[in-house]
Amino acid sequence: MSIVPAFKLRLYIAGHTAKSVAAFANLHRICETHLAGQYTIEVIDLREPPQLAVGDQILAVPTLVRCLSEPIKKIIGDLSNEARVLVGLDIKPSTQATA
Amino acid sequence: MATIKLKVADEKPPSLPKAPTGIVGLDEITAGGLPAGRPTLIAGSAGCGKTMLAMEFLVRGATEFSEPGVFMMFEENADELIANVRSLGFDLDDLVTRKMIALDHVHIERSDIEETGAYDLEGLFIRLGHAIDSIGAKRLVLDTVEALFAGLPNEAILRSELRRLFRWLKDRGITAIITGEKGDGTAITRHGLEEYVADCVIVLDQRVRDQISTRRLRVLKYRGTAHGTNEYPFMIGTSGFSVLPVTSLQLDHRVSQQRVSTGVQRLDEMLGGQGVFRGSSVLISGSPGTGKSSIAAKFLETACQRGDRAAYFAYEESKAQIVRNMRSIGIDLEPWIDKGLLEIHASRPTHLGHEQHLVVMHDLVRVFKPAVVAVDPISNLFMAHDDAEVKPTLMRLIDWLKTEQITAVLTSLTSGGASPSELDDPLVGVSSLMDTWLLLRNSEIAGERNRTIFVRKSRGMAHSNQVREFVLSDKGIDLVDVYVGRDRVLTGSARMAQEAQERAAATLHAQDHERKLRLLASKRKAIEAQIAVLRAEAEADEAELDFIVAEQTLQNTIENRDNADIIRRRVGIARMNAIATGNP
Repeated sequence: MSIVPAFKLRLYIAGHTAKSVAAFANLHRICETHLAGQYTIEVIDLREPPQLAVGDQILAVPTLVRCLSEPIKKIIGDLSNEARVLVGLDIKPSTQATA
Repeated sequence: MATIKLKVADEKPPSLPKAPTGIVGLDEITAGGLPAGRPTLIAGSAGCGKTMLAMEFLVRGATEFSEPGVFMMFEENADELIANVRSLGFDLDDLVTRKMIALDHVHIERSDIEETGAYDLEGLFIRLGHAIDSIGAKRLVLDTVEALFAGLPNEAILRSELRRLFRWLKDRGITAIITGEKGDGTAITRHGLEEYVADCVIVLDQRVRDQISTRRLRVLKYRGTAHGTNEYPFMIGTSGFSVLPVTSLQLDHRVSQQRVSTGVQRLDEMLGGQGVFRGSSVLISGSPGTGKSSIAAKFLETACQRGDRAAYFAYEESKAQIVRNMRSIGIDLEPWIDKGLLEIHASRPTHLGHEQHLVVMHDLVRVFKPAVVAVDPISNLFMAHDDAEVKPTLMRLIDWLKTEQITAVLTSLTSGGASPSELDDPLVGVSSLMDTWLLLRNSEIAGERNRTIFVRKSRGMAHSNQVREFVLSDKGIDLVDVYVGRDRVLTGSARMAQEAQERAAATLHAQDHERKLRLLASKRKAIEAQIAVLRAEAEADEAELDFIVAEQTLQNTIENRDNADIIRRRVGIARMNAIATGNP
């Protein structure tokens, strides 16, 4: 209904490493599955403007930060564990995840 | 192995490049500072000063050695840190503005973090790298990186990333301090950071004994360099961190030929006529109320009168009380305090551990640079703690004062009693460190207590072996000869009485003598008179004799002439008769 995306996601990476590529692919897949049409993804490479890392307190990469909806959650890792990503993003999975 | 030798400033170059900390005492112990371009682990329990040590390392690096530094904190935030170090006199805001120091607060809360697969800490590296590059930092503090263990769930990743971090710092040539919380039992740190930081490990410790806490520092490990291995007390004072400086182990301090007056003329006379050597240590021991403080105060006043600076560490009385009490015996300390020549530092002995008192003394002496230092009384300071560490600590103090050519006056309180045995002195064990030892005693005779003083020892000078009475009055301190005689030593009014008695006896004796003299004189006059009479008699007799002789002679002469006349006459008669008769 609303055009404003409910999920404004920011993915921090440090260069195009295997982990960052995997994280982006995983994120894209999860969002398409559960949040189709409700999200935006901003990818920030810390190697480019390092100052930004201070504001968001990014130590581990890749880190996914969900902005716009409080509380701000940090999800670290290559997002290969889909269930935990959904918990982190506070999303009720559309198809019940296995226990 | 080479023997461990503590460095004296200008000795042979250190084995490894060192980054001086600028922290008093620490550079001596580590023979020049922390390993340059390598990480050093500072471990210790909460509140023992890790952050302060690390911060001072950065501040001094920036201000004294032109090495900018990054302080990355994981626990406190920047404002808290700035506030905390302001109490040490460091203005971090200013240093940050001048790009000498960069502060970075890394905030981690585990509850915020969801782990979803493989990751690394490249974000931290990038952030650190940026902070370092922004000010051209040569030094770095991570305080305390262990917070990451609480914040990041995967310890295996964290450990490998820490290993990478320290290698990365080494590659960049950053001299880093990593702080770590002390672990349980024998563990140096809770998370085994020492495993990664292998070059230098310094352990801080805070101990409480007899309700007094003492902080200590020990260099546990320092790869590739000699270092002091002992535990050294340290303190966080108003001018920052200071480790009790360890003076050289050699006894090679310069000695002075110059003598300084004690301020009591007759005491100087007892000490070879000139007082004590500059830079020597003087122990004044005695039971309560024997006047130890008074002598110490006089000594300081005299130093000020010479134009020297003097420091008085008082552990019994407050500053105001000392000034008031000393005034009562004619010692006015106030003008010297006003002129800035005298510094009185009064504190309770129990306020700090004895070693920390020493650190305070060191700090003050270093800043104030006095020529004379009095510690009153040193016995309270040290002997409250009955442990074996006291002597080396005191030795360090005395040794250090000697090295600095500071004349030290230390008073020591002995247990009471009219004539305490020498072994009662708690400092008898360290008296061998003292150059001059004055012993004050109370002697109780005839219902009064009087003070006596004698020089128990005084190295390098002829000194009196006499016991003197020591008199405190509103005119000051004076020494009086005691009455010695008939197997007795008398002081005070007994001495005066004895002296008066002797004076009276002497007067009487003198009168008697004069009387005898007069008697003899008159007797002699009598005899002389007699002699004169006799002589006169003799002269008279002689004259008589002469007269008689003369008379006799005259008589004879006359008789002879008469006879001759008679003969002549008779002859004439006969002739006439013959003529007459006709027979001539």
